[in-house]
Amino acid sequence: MKTSRKLVPLAVLLLVAAFSGSVIALRGAEAARGSRATIEDVLYLPSPQAVKRLSLGYSGLLADIYWTRAVQYFGQKHLADEMNYNLLYPLLDITTDLDPHLLISYEFGSIFLSQPPPAGAGQPDKAVALLEKGIRANPDEWKLYFSLGFVNYMDRKDYKAAFLAFQRGSQTSHAHPWLKVMAATMAQRANETAMAFEIWKFLDDTTQDKLIKENAEQHMTAIVVDRTIMELERRITIYTQRTGHPPASWFDLGRESLLSGVPLDPTEKPYKLMPGGTVEVADPNSLPFITKGLPPGWRKSTKPRPSESNEQN
Amino acid sequence: MISRLSAITFNTFREAVRDRVLYNLIIFALLLVATAPLFSQISLGIEKLILVNAGLSAISIFGIIIAIFIGIGLVSKEIEKKTLYTILSRPVRRWEFIAGKYFGLLMTLVVNAFFMTAGFYLALLIVSRGLAMDDARLLIAIYFIILEFFIVTAVTLLFSSFSTPIFAAIFAFALFAIGTFSEDLHNFASLAHGVTKWLATGAAYLVPNFATLNVISQVAHSESISAKLVLFNTVYALLYSLTAVVIAIVIFGRRNLK
Repeated sequence: MKTSRKLVPLAVLLLVAAFSGSVIALRGAEAARGSRATIEDVLYLPSPQAVKRLSLGYSGLLADIYWTRAVQYFGQKHLADEMNYNLLYPLLDITTDLDPHLLISYEFGSIFLSQPPPAGAGQPDKAVALLEKGIRANPDEWKLYFSLGFVNYMDRKDYKAAFLAFQRGSQTSHAHPWLKVMAATMAQRANETAMAFEIWKFLDDTTQDKLIKENAEQHMTAIVVDRTIMELERRITIYTQRTGHPPASWFDLGRESLLSGVPLDPTEKPYKLMPGGTVEVADPNSLPFITKGLPPGWRKSTKPRPSESNEQN
Repeated sequence: MISRLSAITFNTFREAVRDRVLYNLIIFALLLVATAPLFSQISLGIEKLILVNAGLSAISIFGIIIAIFIGIGLVSKEIEKKTLYTILSRPVRRWEFIAGKYFGLLMTLVVNAFFMTAGFYLALLIVSRGLAMDDARLLIAIYFIILEFFIVTAVTLLFSSFSTPIFAAIFAFALFAIGTFSEDLHNFASLAHGVTKWLATGAAYLVPNFATLNVISQVAHSESISAKLVLFNTVYALLYSLTAVVIAIVIFGRRNLK
């Protein structure tokens, strides 16, 4: 009995040492493998049919796991501003084969696929394929037609296809009335920025998800910035025509009653008036998706990965 | 007869409840249900769906594991401990022994399912901040899971009536896996011709059809389940398990226990 009592602290010590050692060894192994090796290989089987059979009837649960896997995969690539999202479509394809009624995977998956890199995979054709698959399985879900119209409008610039998608969606039972309006408006003025703003706003209003909301708001902000820059440059042209030289500061425009005060972007930073009469934003990184006001040759800076920032700390 | 049957039933239930493996499985299942809300946080837009799928799958998977692992020892344990001879030396018929064992294990599984369901609904209450009328539909899936237990228990008991525990477990798990593919067997039969068609059709009806009893995905998406399906599934599960138990009784009745 006494001997066993003496052994207890030794056993505890051994337990702590062995477990700590195993954690250190595992961290070493993970570092040696590379963080992505595990994430890219695990949970990925190329055949949706094989995965479905292996699920032994629990395909709903497996679909959730695959959808989570797709979200994690997208999130990681997105955070690292990567340009290659090769596994995203296969993951979404498996997810939707396992559960053809998992609407969220079509709606959000198509956004992940269609947005140009590094914001998304830059594969709008695959996004359309995913949505068409979703519509075949869920023909009465108006949100899928909206997503199809959205991808065709925003990323494929195929306004006719977008119009047809909104029109088809407006004919479903329980369709949002807005779809009918959108289809009619699109037939008249498909390529106006006001239209794009309306579509993003609708997405913002109808989604509950924080990530998608944030994305929609960033796009709306970008449209506002693009419009503002175009307007400022128009006024600079008027000033130049009136005075024969470009303005040296925003106050010059104020003196000609073309502007009141220094214009601020949505992040409350002043727009920069450049010597050639062009306008630039102060911090392009804080305004993703803008197409105007970017410094020449500017590339979005890559955010440090969590592991890198930890190392720096 | 009723008193003898109920005595064996309650004794089997008591024995199963005392089994530590059983408790471990229940705790594991409850843990899975409890961690589902956390798991949903790393996903996107499927908080409730993931809880429903994980919760119902856990109830089904762990129930089946319990059914098989306890079921394989129902007969062999009694023979090993020689308690079977004591039981059969009393005015207890062999069929009463098998039927009592079957109902005892079934009772264990229903009680387990009840506790797991309570845990599942608690998790649902936490995640959804309240329960909706639609959530009552989930009980149909749980009812079908219990019908699955009827069949798995009967099949396991059948295998354990003539085989060793290890082989009974292998056979039962294999039959469960095949049973989840039974719709593929039906599809194969419809494509085949001649003798192959007859054989495939026979095989498709011989193996238990677990696909028809699995409505987890449907209820997770709030799809309605027809009363007809509930009725047919109930009749199917009762008749299939009755067939398996009767075969088990016949085999056990003819078995030389000396």
